[in-house]
Amino acid sequence: MAKKRGISFSGIYLTLILIIMYVPIVLVVIFSFNESKISSLWGGFSLNWYGELFRDRSMFEALRNSVVLGLLSSFSAAVIGTLAATGLTRYKLKSGKVMEYFATLPIMIPEIIMGMVFLTFFSLLGLPFGMVTLVIAHTSFCIPYVFLMVKARLAGLDKSYVEAARDLGASELRAFYDITMPLAMPAIVSGMLLSFAMSFDDVIISVFVTGVNTNTLPMKIYSQIKTGVTPKTNALCALIFVVTIFLCALSMRISKKK
Amino acid sequence: MEALLQLEGIEKRFGDTEVLEGINLTVGKGEFITLLGSSGCGKTTTLRIIAGLEVPDGGRVYLSGKDVTNLAPDKRDVNMVFQNYALFPHMNVAENIAYSLRLKKVSKADIKTTVKDALDLVQLPGYESRMPNELSGGQRQRVAIARAVVNKPKILLLDEPLGALDLQLRRQMQKELKRLQTALGITFIYITHDQEEALDMSDRIALMRNGHFEQIASAEEIYNRPKTTYAAQFVGGANIIKGTVKYLKSENAVIEVSGGEIEAKTRGAQIKEGDRVTAAIRGENLEINPASETYSGLAATVTDKSFSGGMLRITARLADNTEITCHRQGIDCQYAAGDNVKLALKDAGAVLVDLEGGI
Amino acid sequence: MKVKNRAAKSSLLMAMPMYVFTILFTFGPLIYMFALSFMRRQATWGVINEFYAGNYLRILEPVFSGVFAESFKLALITTFFVTLFGYPFGYFMAKLPPKHKNRAMLLMIVPFWTNSLMRLYGWIIIFRSNGILDSVLIALHLSEKPLRLLYTYPAVVVGMVYVLLPFMIYSVYSSAEKLDWSLVEAARDLGASKTYAFLTISLRLTMPGLLSGIILTFIPSMGLYFIADILGGNKVALVGSIIQEQLLRARDWPFAAALSVALMAATSLTLYLYRRITRSEDLEGLV
Repeated sequence: MAKKRGISFSGIYLTLILIIMYVPIVLVVIFSFNESKISSLWGGFSLNWYGELFRDRSMFEALRNSVVLGLLSSFSAAVIGTLAATGLTRYKLKSGKVMEYFATLPIMIPEIIMGMVFLTFFSLLGLPFGMVTLVIAHTSFCIPYVFLMVKARLAGLDKSYVEAARDLGASELRAFYDITMPLAMPAIVSGMLLSFAMSFDDVIISVFVTGVNTNTLPMKIYSQIKTGVTPKTNALCALIFVVTIFLCALSMRISKKK
Repeated sequence: MEALLQLEGIEKRFGDTEVLEGINLTVGKGEFITLLGSSGCGKTTTLRIIAGLEVPDGGRVYLSGKDVTNLAPDKRDVNMVFQNYALFPHMNVAENIAYSLRLKKVSKADIKTTVKDALDLVQLPGYESRMPNELSGGQRQRVAIARAVVNKPKILLLDEPLGALDLQLRRQMQKELKRLQTALGITFIYITHDQEEALDMSDRIALMRNGHFEQIASAEEIYNRPKTTYAAQFVGGANIIKGTVKYLKSENAVIEVSGGEIEAKTRGAQIKEGDRVTAAIRGENLEINPASETYSGLAATVTDKSFSGGMLRITARLADNTEITCHRQGIDCQYAAGDNVKLALKDAGAVLVDLEGGI
Repeated sequence: MKVKNRAAKSSLLMAMPMYVFTILFTFGPLIYMFALSFMRRQATWGVINEFYAGNYLRILEPVFSGVFAESFKLALITTFFVTLFGYPFGYFMAKLPPKHKNRAMLLMIVPFWTNSLMRLYGWIIIFRSNGILDSVLIALHLSEKPLRLLYTYPAVVVGMVYVLLPFMIYSVYSSAEKLDWSLVEAARDLGASKTYAFLTISLRLTMPGLLSGIILTFIPSMGLYFIADILGGNKVALVGSIIQEQLLRARDWPFAAALSVALMAATSLTLYLYRRITRSEDLEGLV
């Protein structure tokens, strides 16, 4: 009796919170089909805003920038993070703990500080603000995601797989390529996907390190929210949402394959 | 026998714990040798040093006379069957077995026939495309062996390969491993903590304890003439009796113990009258009789009976509280706990132990 | 020994790219920020390379220290509500049967991965005067006139809690999932009430998850000024917005750096104190 009641209570609680989580998103999507320009009033169904969206060049440029930025930084983070996670799991280097601490700092420090840090440092180095600085900044906060996920995966992996490969005649490099990489792949890919999502979501750091001509999508949405939204933004958000669902499902599938 | 592998004064420490305290071992070609010991005795570490997965802190490893102490595992002609099999989970059976051949750049056609032969050898024909997680424990075991022998190593190392299998499968795999070893003619170095398994399979047993070898000898020798109390008890669970030498009688010594006297083999050790000694007696070498004048033997009181494996174990206690266990076939027994009995030694059933190490 | 060195060498080689990147683009910049915070701004552009502690003294001015207090208060309130709603969610989710668990996981991850601006924008639609919430409340006769929730403090709190909730849920979930439920059953079997078993077993064993959830909520909430910006209008000023203003508008980099160092110090100090306090509580709980 008691148990049964407990389950239904927790079920109701979970459902309720999930509904609250989705209400704002669903509203944004619904209003993307709103004929009226005023987002609080329903003026009938329309696909006009999607048409408007596809005609907006600057929106597409921002989208392209965000995708390129996300791909470049999540890929660089995947390479750097995976190598480091493998090296540091395999052999307990004295410097490992300290470096691990510093490497994960970018996600432990408030974003505004990272933004300011990058802004001042890049101008000290005289780097041209734009895609290059964006990629560096984003890579630095993507590395921790990949690194931590791959490290957790490798820590749970039986050491004897690599030993067996070595025993059967594989060099260290070969064993890494044949055994470690494929077995860590689910973590590498989900780390990359999460990095991509984080990079795609970032406003604060991007605002500080971008140049005059490089707008990313979140920055674009941000300035629109500040200055006044048209349902065109809703349409864009709805499209991003669909892609997000797809990426999430993909990541779940990959990480479940153990 | 030609020496294939030599360990010379191997030492290994993990932090403050000394795992191996300078062990020596010589293994001949085609031999089946078992490293026997309880967990933590250093047997796995010894195996890993032979495989090259650990580097010893002291001592040398020679393979066919060549010093391989610092040689990486991929450069050694030695292969290992891991305790948990370590089958690559992302490769199918054929890819697992072919792994070392692919590294050696053997042609595709040759790989295919070799894999097929290997699977026939371990009696898993047609299993090429299965994934490891689709196999039972026994089947994984066979694949792991196939993968390790396909390379024709000089030595095959087996780290408790049957540990995860149930009893029936174990017995069957023991026979098969023996058959394989004869068929392949490869030296096997086998690890187990199961003394019956060791006695059943090995040409020689190296009994390990706390990082050193307690005794290295044939199964028969170690069973009949254990060198130490530990060896006598660990292998076959012998009874241990302490006593004083009364007099010497050709190769035997007559020893005065609690409740009577027994005759034990001296194994040529230098002992004299009055020495305190320890003797080991196998349970099956003791006969249990009623406590009457008609019978001779050690006076004792029955404390317990238990029946397992077709064998009745009767435990009795001597006057000095030494516990002695006798074995006999069948479940019938006229004695109950509390009965006074006499324990008689069947011919030459006792042997002196711990002779070198002081008593 | 040779092999050991070889392993160390190749491990170091593999970790090297991260080492270099981290030193160059995380450690280096942080050091530079620290140095910058002790410099003086030049009247027109750039900074003067001389030691100057004035930036830190300026933080003590009521205008700025007040903002610090305000940010701290908002972070605390946010963390409180995130814990209140997030802990049960993560805990219940871990207790679901595997099939439902995966479904719940996907449902939880999707909003987490969805662009946070988009999600906040949804709240604008809800909160806007004569928006969804007002319409619903008035239709249900729960309220007679529009509440005008947008650009108020509660709206900011809702936004913060909403954006940060997934971090807490995920941390609690991952430590609750590792929990051996037979321990709870054993406690119940030994005579513990449901509540007592939860407090002594489940809560204690999911403490690491709760702790990291709190850390993952508190730290970003000290710096997430754009939520206050969007949902609070100009009414709620946070350290983050001041730093941004100093950097991008006032162009006083040394002062912005000093503010950042102070913010970092404040978050680190809170974390340190929190850890100390929970550890001492841990010891009491053991007795």
